[in-house]
Amino acid sequence: MAVVTDSRPLAPRSVSGRFIGALAGAARVLQRNLMVYRRTWRGSVFGSFLTPMLYLTAMGIGLGSMVGKGGSALPGGVDYLHFLGPGILASSCMQSASFESTYPIMGKIAWRKNYDAMLATPLQVHHLLIGELSWIAFRMMSISTVFLVVLTAFGIPRSPLALLAIPFAMLTGLAFAAPIIAFSATRTNDSGFAALFRFVINPLFLFSGTFFPVSKLPDAVEWVAAATPLYHGVALVRGAVLNAMPAEWPLHLAYLVVFVSITAVIAERLLRRRLVK
Amino acid sequence: MPPSSEVLVRARGLTKRFGTFTAVNAVDFDVHVGEAFGFLGPNGAGKTSTMRMIACSSPVTDGDLSVIGMDPRTQAAQIKSRLGVVPQTDNLDAELTVLENLLMYARYFDLPMSVARPRAADLLEFMQLSERAGDQVEPLSGGMKRRLTIARALINEPELLILDEPTTGLDPQARHLLWERLYRLKQRGATLIITTHYMDEAEQLCDRLVVMDKALIVAEGTPRELIERYATREVLELRLSEQARAGLNGRLDGLAERVEELPDRFLLYAADGEQALEGVHAREIPIESALVRRATLEDVFLRLTGRSLVE
Repeated sequence: MAVVTDSRPLAPRSVSGRFIGALAGAARVLQRNLMVYRRTWRGSVFGSFLTPMLYLTAMGIGLGSMVGKGGSALPGGVDYLHFLGPGILASSCMQSASFESTYPIMGKIAWRKNYDAMLATPLQVHHLLIGELSWIAFRMMSISTVFLVVLTAFGIPRSPLALLAIPFAMLTGLAFAAPIIAFSATRTNDSGFAALFRFVINPLFLFSGTFFPVSKLPDAVEWVAAATPLYHGVALVRGAVLNAMPAEWPLHLAYLVVFVSITAVIAERLLRRRLVK
Repeated sequence: MPPSSEVLVRARGLTKRFGTFTAVNAVDFDVHVGEAFGFLGPNGAGKTSTMRMIACSSPVTDGDLSVIGMDPRTQAAQIKSRLGVVPQTDNLDAELTVLENLLMYARYFDLPMSVARPRAADLLEFMQLSERAGDQVEPLSGGMKRRLTIARALINEPELLILDEPTTGLDPQARHLLWERLYRLKQRGATLIITTHYMDEAEQLCDRLVVMDKALIVAEGTPRELIERYATREVLELRLSEQARAGLNGRLDGLAERVEELPDRFLLYAADGEQALEGVHAREIPIESALVRRATLEDVFLRLTGRSLVE
C-alpha cells in the first residue's frame, strides 16, 4: 500500500528553459482532451464529412448551376463550386474553432472548474492556454483533412499544393480561438456567446469572401472585411486548393500569425486574471 | 507517527486582500510535520483564503509564508508538486471515468503512466472505489465523489494534504468513512490541514487548531486546551418555564463559572455539572429539564465567534 510513503514525489523534471516546460505542460492539457476525444471521435468525424457534403451539394451544385459556369465574375474564371469549396473549408474551421473556444472553455473555467483542479498541480495558466490552442489546432487539422478528401471527391483541388490548405485552415481556426478564449475568460455566464455568433461569426461567414469575392462589396465594407482574420484565411486556403496563391500571400500569412500571437497574449492575461485570485 | 517539531508551513503576518476587503489579516501560525491542523471559523472568516494561499492557488498579498521550506511567491510549481489539494466543491473531470481522473491527474504532475497505474489502483482500493473504476463520475454519490477527490489529491504522494471542508454536505455514514480514511492517512505520517465548521470533525481529526473570525486568528491550541481555556469541563443546560424565567432575578449567579442566557435555555459552564445542578435544586429554582454534558469545541467556537448568524 503506497499511500503516503517516505518517498519524495517526483519534482517537476528539470527542463531546459521555460519554453520546453510550457510545451510539456501544454502537452498534458492536449492529452486530456484527446482522452475525452477517444470516446467521441467517430461522431465528430462523421459531422466533419456532413458539413462539406451539404454545402457543396446544395450551394456548389444547386446554386452554382444558376450562377453560370466559367463566369468572368469569379477570379481566374473558376466554376462557382470550385470557388465555394475552399471558402467553406476556411469558414467551417472558423465556426468550429469559435465554438470550441466558448462553451467548453467556459465550462472548464466556471461550471466544472477543471482549470482550478489543473492549477492545483504544477500546471500554469499559459500551459492551459497553449494546450487548448493545440487541441483546437488538432481539431482544425482533422476537420480540414476530411474536408480536403470531400473536395477531392468533387474534383476541386488542382495540385498537391492543396495540402497547404490544412496548416492555413489550422491558423485560421487559431485566429478565432485565441481572441474568443480571451472573451470567454471575461464572461460570468454564456449569454454573450449567442451574440458573438449572431453579430460576429455569422456576418464574417457571409462577408469574408466565402460565397463571393470581397471585391464585389462597397469599398468601405471591403476594408472592414479585409481587417478580419477570415478574409485572410479564405484567401490562403483558396489559393492553396486552386493552385493560385495570390501575390500578396505573405501578407495574409503575416496578418494571421501576428493576430494569433497578440490575441493569445491577451487571452493568457485575461485567463490569469480570472483564474488566479 | 506522532507530530514532530519540524515546521512544514510557517506564516508570519500573512495577509490577503481583495481590493479594499481584507480576507486574512496578518495571521501567524506553524503547522508541524505529521500533525492534523485545523482551521475553524464561521463562513467568511478567512479560512479558505488562507488555505488557497498555502496551496499556492492565491497570491499572498503581504507577510511571509513558507510551505515545505519554499516561498509560494517564487516556487509555486515546486511546492504544488508536493501538495495534495481537496477543494471545498468537487472539481472532478466529468468527461473522464473514475480511473481516468486519477491517471490524468498523475500526468499533470508529470508522473509516467507506469507509476500512475499501480498508484491509481491502490488509491481506488483505499477509497473503496475499485468497483467504479470504469464508471463516469457524474452518477457517483456525494461521498464517492469526495473520496475520489481525495484519492486524486494523493496521486502524487504529497507531503501535505490540504482539505477544505472535506465532509460538508455528506450523510453521516459517508462522513464517518471519510474520517476513518483520513485518520489512517494521518497514522501513516501524512500532514493534514483541514478547514471545517463542524466541531465534531475538528475534535475527531485535529491535533491542533486555530479559530478564525473576521480575518483574524482568535485562539490556538489542541481541542482539549481550547476547551479548558475558553469553556469549562462540563456544561449544565437548563430549561425554565417563562414564569420561572421572569422570577429568576439572578438566582443562578455563583452556581457556575459563567452563565449564558439563550432564548430557549440557560448554559451554566462548570467544572462539575452535577454539583451545579445540586446547587440549582438547593435554591429551589423551578426547572423544566436539566442536562449535564461535557463541554465541546462548539462551546468554545460559539464563545469566540459569537452566536449571531454569519451570512
